[in-house]
Amino acid sequence: MASYDECLQIIREVAEPLLEAGVTVSEGAVLGQELGLSSLRTLELVADIEDRLDISLPLNSLPAVRTVADLARLLEASSGGAS
Amino acid sequence: MGLLDKFDDLAATREALLAQGPLPFGVVTDKILSPTLGIVHGRETILAGTNNYLGLTFEPECIAAAERALESEGTGTTGSRMANGTYGGHQALEKELAAFYGRRHAIVFTTGFTATMGMVAALAGPDDVLMIDGDCHASIYDGCRLSGAEIIRFRHNNPEDLRKRLRRLGERASRTLVVTEGLFSMLGDQAPLEEIVEIKDEFGACMLLDEAHSMGVFGEHGRGLAEARGVEDRVDFIVGTFSKSLGSVGGFCVSNHPELETVRMASRAYIFTASPTPSVIASTRAALRLVAERPQLRRQLWENSTRLYQGLAEAGFELGPQAGPVVAVYVDEPARAIESWHRLLEAGVYVNLVIPPATPSTRCLLRCSISAAHTPEQIDTIIAAFASLESIVGVADTA
Repeated sequence: MASYDECLQIIREVAEPLLEAGVTVSEGAVLGQELGLSSLRTLELVADIEDRLDISLPLNSLPAVRTVADLARLLEASSGGAS
Repeated sequence: MGLLDKFDDLAATREALLAQGPLPFGVVTDKILSPTLGIVHGRETILAGTNNYLGLTFEPECIAAAERALESEGTGTTGSRMANGTYGGHQALEKELAAFYGRRHAIVFTTGFTATMGMVAALAGPDDVLMIDGDCHASIYDGCRLSGAEIIRFRHNNPEDLRKRLRRLGERASRTLVVTEGLFSMLGDQAPLEEIVEIKDEFGACMLLDEAHSMGVFGEHGRGLAEARGVEDRVDFIVGTFSKSLGSVGGFCVSNHPELETVRMASRAYIFTASPTPSVIASTRAALRLVAERPQLRRQLWENSTRLYQGLAEAGFELGPQAGPVVAVYVDEPARAIESWHRLLEAGVYVNLVIPPATPSTRCLLRCSISAAHTPEQIDTIIAAFASLESIVGVADTA
Protein backbone atom coordinates (compact mmCIF):
# COMPACT_ATOMS: atom_id res chain seq x y z
CA MET A 1 0.00 0.00 0.00
CA ALA A 2 1.46 3.36 -1.03
CA SER A 3 0.04 6.87 -0.77
CA TYR A 4 -0.11 9.33 -3.63
CA ASP A 5 2.90 11.20 -2.27
CA GLU A 6 4.89 7.99 -1.87
CA CYS A 7 4.06 7.02 -5.45
CA LEU A 8 5.11 10.44 -6.67
CA GLN A 9 8.40 10.09 -4.83
CA ILE A 10 9.02 6.67 -6.40
CA ILE A 11 8.30 8.03 -9.87
CA ARG A 12 10.84 10.80 -9.27
CA GLU A 13 13.48 8.43 -7.92
CA VAL A 14 13.14 6.07 -10.87
CA ALA A 15 12.73 8.68 -13.60
CA GLU A 16 15.29 11.30 -12.71
CA PRO A 17 18.41 9.25 -13.50
CA LEU A 18 16.98 8.69 -17.00
CA LEU A 19 16.29 12.34 -17.75
CA GLU A 20 18.46 14.99 -19.33
CA ALA A 21 19.97 17.58 -17.03
CA GLY A 22 17.48 20.29 -16.14
CA VAL A 23 14.37 18.17 -16.73
CA THR A 24 12.31 17.87 -13.57
CA VAL A 25 9.48 15.52 -12.75
CA SER A 26 6.66 17.89 -11.90
CA GLU A 27 3.18 16.54 -11.24
CA GLY A 28 1.82 18.24 -14.34
CA ALA A 29 4.57 17.01 -16.69
CA VAL A 30 3.24 15.00 -19.62
CA LEU A 31 4.84 11.54 -19.59
CA GLY A 32 7.14 10.87 -22.50
CA GLN A 33 6.75 14.18 -24.30
CA GLU A 34 7.78 16.64 -21.56
CA LEU A 35 10.20 14.26 -19.89
CA GLY A 36 11.97 13.63 -23.21
CA LEU A 37 11.32 9.87 -23.10
CA SER A 38 10.30 7.73 -26.08
CA SER A 39 7.22 5.50 -25.74
CA LEU A 40 9.52 2.52 -25.25
CA ARG A 41 11.54 4.25 -22.53
CA THR A 42 8.28 5.27 -20.85
CA LEU A 43 7.18 1.63 -20.73
CA GLU A 44 10.56 0.67 -19.26
CA LEU A 45 10.15 3.41 -16.68
CA VAL A 46 6.71 2.09 -15.76
CA ALA A 47 8.12 -1.46 -15.42
CA ASP A 48 10.81 -0.24 -13.03
CA ILE A 49 8.23 1.61 -10.96
CA GLU A 50 6.01 -1.51 -10.90
CA ASP A 51 8.92 -3.46 -9.45
CA ARG A 52 9.40 -0.91 -6.68
CA LEU A 53 5.77 -1.38 -5.66
CA ASP A 54 5.60 -5.09 -6.55
CA ILE A 55 2.53 -4.58 -8.74
CA SER A 56 1.71 -4.94 -12.45
CA LEU A 57 -0.25 -2.18 -14.15
CA PRO A 58 -2.53 -3.53 -16.89
CA LEU A 59 -1.73 -2.02 -20.29
CA ASN A 60 -5.47 -1.30 -20.53
CA SER A 61 -5.09 1.32 -17.79
CA LEU A 62 -2.24 3.24 -19.39
CA PRO A 63 -4.07 5.18 -22.15
CA ALA A 64 -5.78 7.23 -19.43
CA VAL A 65 -2.40 8.19 -17.96
CA ARG A 66 -1.18 11.47 -19.41
CA THR A 67 0.74 13.22 -16.67
CA VAL A 68 3.01 12.27 -13.79
CA ALA A 69 0.10 12.98 -11.44
CA ASP A 70 -2.15 10.59 -13.41
CA LEU A 71 0.50 7.87 -13.04
CA ALA A 72 0.88 8.52 -9.32
CA ARG A 73 -2.90 8.24 -8.84
CA LEU A 74 -3.02 4.98 -10.81
CA LEU A 75 -0.12 3.55 -8.81
CA GLU A 76 -1.79 4.59 -5.56
CA ALA A 77 -5.02 2.87 -6.58
CA SER A 78 -3.27 -0.26 -7.88
CA SER A 79 -1.16 -0.66 -4.78
CA GLY A 80 -4.22 -0.44 -2.57
CA GLY A 81 -3.30 2.99 -1.25
CA ALA A 82 -6.45 4.81 -2.37
CA SER A 83 -9.87 4.28 -0.84
CA MET B 1 -8.05 20.25 -35.56
CA GLY B 2 -9.86 18.29 -38.25
CA LEU B 3 -10.41 14.56 -38.58
CA LEU B 4 -7.59 14.03 -41.04
CA ASP B 5 -5.05 16.44 -39.54
CA LYS B 6 -3.56 13.60 -37.50
CA PHE B 7 -1.96 12.33 -40.71
CA ASP B 8 0.05 15.51 -41.28
CA ASP B 9 3.19 14.30 -39.51
CA LEU B 10 3.15 10.96 -41.32
CA ALA B 11 2.57 12.70 -44.65
CA ALA B 12 5.57 14.96 -44.02
CA THR B 13 7.72 11.93 -43.16
CA ARG B 14 6.56 10.19 -46.34
CA GLU B 15 7.36 13.21 -48.50
CA ALA B 16 10.82 13.52 -46.94
CA LEU B 17 11.50 9.84 -47.61
CA LEU B 18 10.26 10.08 -51.20
CA ALA B 19 12.64 12.98 -51.82
CA GLN B 20 15.52 10.56 -51.20
CA GLY B 21 14.40 7.94 -53.76
CA PRO B 22 12.15 4.89 -53.74
CA LEU B 23 9.97 4.72 -50.64
CA PRO B 24 11.52 2.16 -48.28
CA PHE B 25 8.11 1.22 -46.93
CA GLY B 26 6.20 -0.56 -49.69
CA VAL B 27 8.92 -0.77 -52.31
CA VAL B 28 7.61 -2.06 -55.64
CA THR B 29 9.08 -5.24 -57.10
CA ASP B 30 8.44 -4.62 -60.80
CA LYS B 31 9.08 -8.23 -61.69
CA ILE B 32 9.72 -11.18 -59.43
CA LEU B 33 12.27 -13.56 -60.98
CA SER B 34 12.77 -16.24 -58.33
CA PRO B 35 12.49 -16.67 -54.54
CA THR B 36 15.64 -14.58 -54.16
CA LEU B 37 15.74 -12.28 -57.20
CA GLY B 38 13.53 -9.49 -58.52
CA ILE B 39 13.63 -6.33 -60.61
CA VAL B 40 13.38 -3.35 -58.27
CA HIS B 41 13.63 0.20 -59.55
CA GLY B 42 14.83 -1.13 -62.89
CA ARG B 43 17.68 -3.17 -61.39
CA GLU B 44 18.14 -6.89 -60.75
CA THR B 45 18.07 -7.13 -56.99
CA ILE B 46 18.84 -9.85 -54.46
CA LEU B 47 15.82 -10.14 -52.18
CA ALA B 48 17.08 -10.43 -48.63
CA GLY B 49 14.03 -9.25 -46.74
CA THR B 50 11.13 -11.46 -47.80
CA ASN B 51 10.76 -14.07 -44.99
CA ASN B 52 10.76 -16.70 -47.75
CA TYR B 53 12.78 -18.97 -45.48
CA LEU B 54 12.58 -22.21 -47.44
CA GLY B 55 12.34 -20.58 -50.87
CA LEU B 56 9.22 -22.50 -51.86
CA THR B 57 7.37 -19.72 -53.73
CA PHE B 58 8.47 -21.02 -57.15
CA GLU B 59 8.50 -24.71 -56.24
CA PRO B 60 7.04 -26.63 -59.23
CA GLU B 61 4.99 -28.98 -57.03
CA CYS B 62 3.36 -26.06 -55.25
CA ILE B 63 2.67 -24.18 -58.47
CA ALA B 64 1.21 -27.27 -60.15
CA ALA B 65 -1.07 -27.93 -57.18
CA ALA B 66 -2.26 -24.32 -57.21
CA GLU B 67 -2.87 -24.43 -60.97
CA ARG B 68 -4.94 -27.60 -60.67
CA ALA B 69 -7.04 -26.08 -57.89
CA LEU B 70 -7.51 -22.86 -59.84
CA GLU B 71 -8.75 -24.81 -62.86
CA SER B 72 -11.01 -27.15 -60.96
CA GLU B 73 -12.25 -25.00 -58.04
CA GLY B 74 -12.13 -21.45 -59.35
CA THR B 75 -10.51 -18.22 -58.20
CA GLY B 76 -12.11 -17.85 -54.78
CA THR B 77 -14.61 -19.22 -52.30
CA THR B 78 -16.47 -15.89 -51.95
CA GLY B 79 -17.47 -16.80 -48.44
CA SER B 80 -16.57 -17.33 -44.82
CA ARG B 81 -15.42 -20.62 -43.33
CA MET B 82 -18.64 -20.45 -41.28
CA ALA B 83 -20.84 -20.16 -44.36
CA ASN B 84 -19.96 -21.52 -47.80
CA GLY B 85 -16.17 -21.04 -47.65
CA THR B 86 -15.06 -24.44 -46.36
CA TYR B 87 -14.10 -26.73 -49.22
CA GLY B 88 -12.65 -30.20 -48.98
CA GLY B 89 -9.17 -28.71 -49.35
CA HIS B 90 -9.57 -26.50 -46.26
CA GLN B 91 -10.61 -29.48 -44.19
CA ALA B 92 -7.83 -31.65 -45.61
CA LEU B 93 -5.22 -29.00 -44.82
CA GLU B 94 -6.48 -28.84 -41.24
CA LYS B 95 -6.12 -32.59 -40.88
CA GLU B 96 -2.63 -32.46 -42.39
CA LEU B 97 -1.57 -29.63 -40.07
CA ALA B 98 -2.89 -31.56 -37.04
CA ALA B 99 -0.96 -34.65 -38.18
CA PHE B 100 2.20 -32.62 -38.87
CA TYR B 101 2.13 -31.21 -35.33
CA GLY B 102 0.85 -34.42 -33.70
CA ARG B 103 -2.18 -32.56 -32.33
CA ARG B 104 -5.83 -33.49 -32.32
CA HIS B 105 -7.19 -30.22 -33.70
CA ALA B 106 -6.25 -27.56 -36.24
CA ILE B 107 -8.05 -24.61 -37.73
CA VAL B 108 -7.09 -22.54 -40.76
CA PHE B 109 -7.48 -18.77 -40.94
CA THR B 110 -7.25 -16.46 -43.95
CA THR B 111 -4.01 -14.75 -42.90
CA GLY B 112 -1.37 -15.21 -40.24
CA PHE B 113 -2.37 -11.87 -38.72
CA THR B 114 -6.00 -12.94 -38.32
CA ALA B 115 -4.93 -16.32 -36.93
CA THR B 116 -2.93 -14.76 -34.12
CA MET B 117 -5.27 -11.86 -33.48
CA GLY B 118 -8.34 -14.07 -33.72
CA MET B 119 -7.01 -16.74 -31.38
CA VAL B 120 -5.83 -14.30 -28.70
CA ALA B 121 -9.10 -12.35 -28.86
CA ALA B 122 -11.20 -15.53 -28.66
CA LEU B 123 -9.28 -17.36 -25.94
CA ALA B 124 -9.26 -14.56 -23.36
CA GLY B 125 -12.28 -12.62 -22.13
CA PRO B 126 -13.07 -9.79 -19.71
CA ASP B 127 -12.40 -11.89 -16.60
CA ASP B 128 -9.09 -13.25 -17.86
CA VAL B 129 -5.50 -12.05 -18.07
CA LEU B 130 -3.24 -11.93 -21.11
CA MET B 131 0.44 -11.99 -20.15
CA ILE B 132 2.43 -11.06 -23.24
CA ASP B 133 6.10 -10.65 -24.05
CA GLY B 134 6.73 -6.93 -24.57
CA ASP B 135 8.14 -7.49 -28.07
CA CYS B 136 5.16 -9.46 -29.39
CA HIS B 137 3.83 -8.77 -32.87
CA ALA B 138 1.14 -6.16 -33.58
CA SER B 139 -1.38 -8.93 -34.29
CA ILE B 140 -1.00 -10.14 -30.70
CA TYR B 141 -1.40 -6.64 -29.28
CA ASP B 142 -4.51 -6.11 -31.43
CA GLY B 143 -5.96 -9.45 -30.32
CA CYS B 144 -5.36 -8.41 -26.72
CA ARG B 145 -7.25 -5.17 -27.20
CA LEU B 146 -10.18 -6.97 -28.83
CA SER B 147 -10.38 -9.60 -26.09
CA GLY B 148 -11.44 -7.24 -23.30
CA ALA B 149 -9.06 -9.11 -20.98
CA GLU B 150 -6.59 -7.46 -18.62
CA ILE B 151 -3.30 -7.12 -20.51
CA ILE B 152 0.03 -7.35 -18.72
CA ARG B 153 3.33 -7.06 -20.50
CA PHE B 154 6.43 -8.92 -19.27
CA ARG B 155 9.94 -7.85 -20.14
CA HIS B 156 11.12 -9.34 -23.42
CA ASN B 157 12.53 -12.88 -23.14
CA ASN B 158 12.76 -12.46 -19.37
CA PRO B 159 11.39 -15.56 -17.57
CA GLU B 160 12.00 -14.10 -14.13
CA ASP B 161 9.90 -11.06 -14.97
CA LEU B 162 7.16 -13.44 -16.16
CA ARG B 163 7.38 -15.38 -12.89
CA LYS B 164 7.18 -12.20 -10.85
CA ARG B 165 4.11 -10.97 -12.70
CA LEU B 166 2.32 -14.33 -12.51
CA ARG B 167 3.01 -14.38 -8.77
CA ARG B 168 1.49 -10.91 -8.42
CA LEU B 169 -1.75 -12.21 -9.96
CA GLY B 170 -2.36 -14.71 -7.16
CA GLU B 171 -5.27 -17.01 -7.98
CA ARG B 172 -5.91 -15.17 -11.25
CA ALA B 173 -2.77 -16.79 -12.69
CA SER B 174 -4.86 -19.86 -13.47
CA ARG B 175 -7.04 -17.70 -15.74
CA THR B 176 -4.04 -16.35 -17.61
CA LEU B 177 -2.90 -16.97 -21.16
CA VAL B 178 0.84 -16.46 -21.56
CA VAL B 179 1.67 -15.35 -25.11
CA THR B 180 5.08 -15.25 -26.72
CA GLU B 181 6.81 -16.00 -30.01
CA GLY B 182 9.38 -18.61 -31.05
CA LEU B 183 11.68 -16.55 -33.25
CA PHE B 184 11.18 -12.82 -32.86
CA SER B 185 10.88 -11.22 -36.25
CA MET B 186 12.83 -8.00 -35.77
CA LEU B 187 16.05 -9.04 -33.99
CA GLY B 188 15.91 -12.76 -34.76
CA ASP B 189 16.27 -13.72 -31.12
CA GLN B 190 14.67 -16.86 -29.70
CA ALA B 191 12.36 -17.21 -26.72
CA PRO B 192 13.73 -19.14 -23.69
CA LEU B 193 10.90 -21.64 -24.02
CA GLU B 194 12.16 -24.23 -21.53
CA GLU B 195 12.05 -21.68 -18.72
CA ILE B 196 8.80 -20.08 -19.88
CA VAL B 197 6.85 -23.38 -19.95
CA GLU B 198 8.28 -24.30 -16.54
CA ILE B 199 7.01 -21.05 -15.05
CA LYS B 200 3.58 -21.06 -16.69
CA ASP B 201 3.08 -24.68 -15.50
CA GLU B 202 4.14 -23.72 -11.99
CA PHE B 203 1.32 -21.14 -11.91
CA GLY B 204 -1.25 -23.23 -13.82
CA ALA B 205 -1.45 -20.78 -16.73
CA CYS B 206 -2.16 -21.62 -20.39
CA MET B 207 0.21 -20.74 -23.19
CA LEU B 208 -0.07 -19.66 -26.82
CA LEU B 209 3.11 -19.64 -28.91
CA ASP B 210 3.39 -17.81 -32.22
CA GLU B 211 5.73 -19.80 -34.47
CA ALA B 212 5.19 -17.59 -37.53
CA HIS B 213 8.93 -17.12 -38.10
CA SER B 214 10.06 -20.45 -36.67
CA MET B 215 7.86 -23.03 -38.41
CA GLY B 216 9.96 -24.78 -41.06
CA VAL B 217 13.07 -23.21 -39.54
CA PHE B 218 13.60 -25.09 -36.24
CA GLY B 219 13.20 -28.68 -35.12
CA GLU B 220 14.01 -32.05 -36.61
CA HIS B 221 10.67 -32.08 -38.42
CA GLY B 222 10.41 -28.33 -38.96
CA ARG B 223 7.64 -27.84 -36.43
CA GLY B 224 9.33 -24.85 -34.86
CA LEU B 225 11.20 -23.74 -31.77
CA ALA B 226 8.94 -25.67 -29.38
CA GLU B 227 9.98 -28.88 -31.16
CA ALA B 228 13.65 -27.90 -31.13
CA ARG B 229 13.53 -27.19 -27.38
CA GLY B 230 11.52 -30.34 -26.58
CA VAL B 231 8.57 -28.50 -25.02
CA GLU B 232 5.82 -29.03 -27.62
CA ASP B 233 3.54 -30.99 -25.30
CA ARG B 234 3.59 -28.16 -22.76
CA VAL B 235 2.43 -25.48 -25.18
CA ASP B 236 -1.38 -25.33 -25.29
CA PHE B 237 -1.84 -23.51 -28.59
CA ILE B 238 0.58 -23.03 -31.47
CA VAL B 239 -0.24 -20.47 -34.14
CA GLY B 240 1.60 -19.97 -37.39
CA THR B 241 1.43 -18.59 -40.86
CA PHE B 242 1.56 -19.89 -44.42
CA SER B 243 3.23 -16.72 -45.67
CA LYS B 244 6.79 -17.48 -44.65
CA SER B 245 8.18 -21.02 -44.82
CA LEU B 246 5.13 -22.27 -46.74
CA GLY B 247 5.32 -19.57 -49.40
CA SER B 248 1.63 -18.64 -49.69
CA VAL B 249 -0.72 -16.72 -47.40
CA GLY B 250 -2.93 -17.79 -44.51
CA GLY B 251 -2.63 -18.84 -40.90
CA PHE B 252 -3.47 -21.64 -38.49
CA CYS B 253 -3.73 -22.79 -34.91
CA VAL B 254 -3.16 -26.33 -33.60
CA SER B 255 -3.96 -27.70 -30.16
CA ASN B 256 -5.02 -30.77 -28.24
CA HIS B 257 -7.72 -28.77 -26.46
CA PRO B 258 -11.12 -29.77 -27.89
CA GLU B 259 -12.22 -26.17 -27.33
CA LEU B 260 -10.27 -25.26 -30.46
CA GLU B 261 -13.21 -26.60 -32.48
CA THR B 262 -15.51 -24.23 -30.58
CA VAL B 263 -13.24 -21.30 -31.38
CA ARG B 264 -14.59 -21.59 -34.92
CA MET B 265 -17.87 -20.26 -33.55
CA ALA B 266 -16.30 -17.62 -31.31
CA SER B 267 -13.48 -16.02 -33.29
CA ARG B 268 -14.70 -13.04 -35.28
CA ALA B 269 -11.50 -13.06 -37.35
CA TYR B 270 -12.42 -16.60 -38.46
CA ILE B 271 -16.12 -15.99 -38.98
CA PHE B 272 -16.34 -12.59 -40.62
CA THR B 273 -13.90 -12.87 -43.51
CA ALA B 274 -13.68 -14.89 -46.71
CA SER B 275 -11.75 -18.13 -46.52
CA PRO B 276 -8.42 -18.71 -48.32
CA THR B 277 -8.75 -19.35 -52.05
CA PRO B 278 -8.55 -22.98 -53.25
CA SER B 279 -5.26 -22.34 -55.07
CA VAL B 280 -3.68 -20.97 -51.88
CA ILE B 281 -4.87 -23.99 -49.93
CA ALA B 282 -3.51 -26.35 -52.60
CA SER B 283 -0.03 -24.78 -52.75
CA THR B 284 0.10 -24.66 -48.94
CA ARG B 285 -0.70 -28.37 -48.70
CA ALA B 286 2.07 -29.13 -51.19
CA ALA B 287 4.53 -26.92 -49.30
CA LEU B 288 3.66 -28.55 -45.98
CA ARG B 289 4.50 -31.95 -47.50
CA LEU B 290 7.84 -30.56 -48.68
CA VAL B 291 8.70 -29.20 -45.22
CA ALA B 292 8.31 -32.74 -43.91
CA GLU B 293 10.03 -34.45 -46.85
CA ARG B 294 13.01 -32.16 -47.36
CA PRO B 295 14.96 -31.54 -44.14
CA GLN B 296 17.83 -30.48 -46.40
CA LEU B 297 15.98 -27.19 -46.94
CA ARG B 298 16.37 -26.42 -43.24
CA ARG B 299 20.02 -27.40 -43.28
CA GLN B 300 20.64 -25.14 -46.26
CA LEU B 301 18.75 -22.29 -44.60
CA TRP B 302 20.95 -22.56 -41.50
CA GLU B 303 24.13 -22.78 -43.56
CA ASN B 304 23.11 -19.63 -45.41
CA SER B 305 22.04 -17.84 -42.24
CA THR B 306 25.30 -18.64 -40.48
CA ARG B 307 27.30 -17.50 -43.51
CA LEU B 308 25.57 -14.10 -43.49
CA TYR B 309 25.66 -13.65 -39.72
CA GLN B 310 29.37 -14.51 -39.49
CA GLY B 311 30.23 -12.44 -42.55
CA LEU B 312 28.54 -9.33 -41.19
CA ALA B 313 29.96 -9.89 -37.70
CA GLU B 314 33.47 -10.23 -39.14
CA ALA B 315 32.90 -7.02 -41.10
CA GLY B 316 32.33 -5.31 -37.76
CA PHE B 317 28.59 -4.76 -37.74
CA GLU B 318 26.59 -4.86 -34.54
CA LEU B 319 23.95 -7.55 -35.01
CA GLY B 320 20.97 -9.05 -33.23
CA PRO B 321 21.95 -11.40 -30.39
CA GLN B 322 21.55 -14.80 -32.08
CA ALA B 323 22.52 -16.19 -35.48
CA GLY B 324 19.55 -17.37 -37.51
CA PRO B 325 17.46 -16.65 -40.57
CA VAL B 326 16.69 -13.14 -39.36
CA VAL B 327 19.86 -11.07 -39.27
CA ALA B 328 19.35 -7.55 -37.95
CA VAL B 329 22.03 -4.88 -38.36
CA TYR B 330 21.82 -2.02 -35.87
CA VAL B 331 22.12 1.57 -37.06
CA ASP B 332 21.79 4.36 -34.53
CA GLU B 333 20.55 7.31 -36.55
CA PRO B 334 17.40 7.20 -38.73
CA ALA B 335 19.06 9.39 -41.37
CA ARG B 336 22.01 7.00 -41.64
CA ALA B 337 19.72 3.99 -41.70
CA ILE B 338 17.69 5.47 -44.55
CA GLU B 339 20.80 6.42 -46.51
CA SER B 340 22.22 2.92 -45.97
CA TRP B 341 19.00 1.32 -47.17
CA HIS B 342 19.19 3.33 -50.42
CA ARG B 343 22.84 2.46 -50.90
CA LEU B 344 22.06 -1.24 -50.47
CA LEU B 345 19.26 -1.01 -53.02
CA GLU B 346 21.58 0.77 -55.44
CA ALA B 347 24.02 -2.10 -54.91
CA GLY B 348 21.26 -4.54 -55.85
CA VAL B 349 20.32 -5.75 -52.37
CA TYR B 350 16.87 -5.37 -50.84
CA VAL B 351 16.55 -5.59 -47.05
CA ASN B 352 13.92 -4.25 -44.64
CA LEU B 353 14.38 -0.80 -43.16
CA VAL B 354 12.94 -0.64 -39.66
CA ILE B 355 12.87 2.56 -37.69
CA PRO B 356 11.36 3.34 -34.26
CA PRO B 357 8.67 2.85 -33.07
CA ALA B 358 8.57 -0.36 -35.15
CA THR B 359 11.87 -1.50 -33.66
CA PRO B 360 12.09 -3.06 -30.20
CA SER B 361 14.51 -0.32 -29.10
CA THR B 362 15.24 3.29 -29.89
CA ARG B 363 17.67 2.25 -32.63
CA CYS B 364 17.07 1.49 -36.32
CA LEU B 365 17.55 -1.82 -38.06
CA LEU B 366 18.55 -2.99 -41.50
CA ARG B 367 16.80 -6.33 -41.26
CA CYS B 368 17.79 -9.24 -43.49
CA SER B 369 15.87 -12.48 -43.79
CA ILE B 370 17.64 -15.38 -45.42
CA SER B 371 16.30 -18.15 -47.61
CA ALA B 372 17.41 -21.70 -48.28
CA ALA B 373 17.25 -20.61 -51.92
CA HIS B 374 19.98 -17.97 -51.58
CA THR B 375 23.24 -19.05 -53.19
CA PRO B 376 26.56 -18.60 -51.36
CA GLU B 377 27.46 -16.03 -54.02
CA GLN B 378 24.31 -14.03 -53.30
CA ILE B 379 25.10 -14.04 -49.60
CA ASP B 380 28.63 -12.86 -50.27
CA THR B 381 27.18 -10.06 -52.42
CA ILE B 382 24.93 -9.04 -49.53
CA ILE B 383 27.93 -8.99 -47.16
CA ALA B 384 29.97 -6.95 -49.65
CA ALA B 385 27.12 -4.47 -50.09
CA PHE B 386 26.94 -3.98 -46.32
CA ALA B 387 30.71 -3.65 -46.09
CA SER B 388 30.55 -0.75 -48.55
CA LEU B 389 28.37 1.11 -46.00
CA GLU B 390 31.10 1.19 -43.42
CA SER B 391 31.48 4.96 -43.49
CA ILE B 392 27.71 5.47 -43.08
CA VAL B 393 26.77 3.11 -40.29
CA GLY B 394 29.88 3.75 -38.21
CA VAL B 395 31.19 0.22 -38.07
CA ALA B 396 34.39 1.39 -36.47
CA ASP B 397 32.36 2.77 -33.57
CA THR B 398 30.55 -0.46 -32.91
CA ALA B 399 33.12 -3.15 -33.71
